[in-house]
Amino acid sequence: MDASATGIPNRKLGMWTFIGSECMLFGTLIATYLIYRGRNLVGPYPDELLNIPFITVTTFVLLMSSLMMVLALSAVERGDRAKSMVFLSLTALFGLIFLGGQFFEFSHFVREGLPLSRNLFSSTFFVLTGTHGGHVAVGVVWLGTLLVRAAGGKLDRSHAETVEIAGLYWHFVDVVWIVLFTLIYLLQ
Amino acid sequence: MSTHETGEPHASTRLYVVIALILAVLTAMEVMVFYVEALHPVIVPVLLVMMTAKFSLVVMFFMHLKFDSRVLTGVFTWGLFIAVSIILALMAIFGKFTS
Repeated sequence: MDASATGIPNRKLGMWTFIGSECMLFGTLIATYLIYRGRNLVGPYPDELLNIPFITVTTFVLLMSSLMMVLALSAVERGDRAKSMVFLSLTALFGLIFLGGQFFEFSHFVREGLPLSRNLFSSTFFVLTGTHGGHVAVGVVWLGTLLVRAAGGKLDRSHAETVEIAGLYWHFVDVVWIVLFTLIYLLQ
Repeated sequence: MSTHETGEPHASTRLYVVIALILAVLTAMEVMVFYVEALHPVIVPVLLVMMTAKFSLVVMFFMHLKFDSRVLTGVFTWGLFIAVSIILALMAIFGKFTS
């Protein structure tokens, strides 16, 4: 049966329930980051390493990936296979650019003497942003599977809900980053 | 009933582009607030308001909560409420609100 007793499709209700639980996961990680902020006993310290212009660009790229995702969903809803493939590809590409930026940032931190266990900032920062990056990576793989289905002609208008559910996950990853960008980078 | 069953789109492409533009402008304003020394006394509330605005725009329009069943809003806001409560409670316990 496709719809739950509420009239909402089961998969969609399931995804929103999952997203609600993810809020709690990220809530605990954000709380851990915030309560240990400013309690480092050894450097390097966040203000020495965090690169605001660079991370602003990757943040912008992730925000625009959300736009590409809703445009992909609109294209699928209209039955426009070519545009849905273009927008799904751009969403995945922007996600990969974000991940590349995160890899560059992490490796830069390590080169500057800030591995995972260096101080409280490094431990909480890497775990929090790394968990988010892991979610982005899962999203990119998910988008890849949708692209394969679209290329095989198996992602028509009747599969719009499948794309919408993937989109919900992708947008959630985006809203988590909206919070992290402010709390970690701008409110140092 | 979902919008896919009714055949109605969630929102127009134009609206999505406008929302994305607003998100980009808000992000630019956030970074500007970070760099303008004169705004630092109010940086925390200003950035939190802009962050909340961006968060709400994505959830309401890109995630379609504005157009979907209120049940979904309830499921999401309940998880969000618990998350925010955990953050505030732990910050209070660890003395982050006392000077």
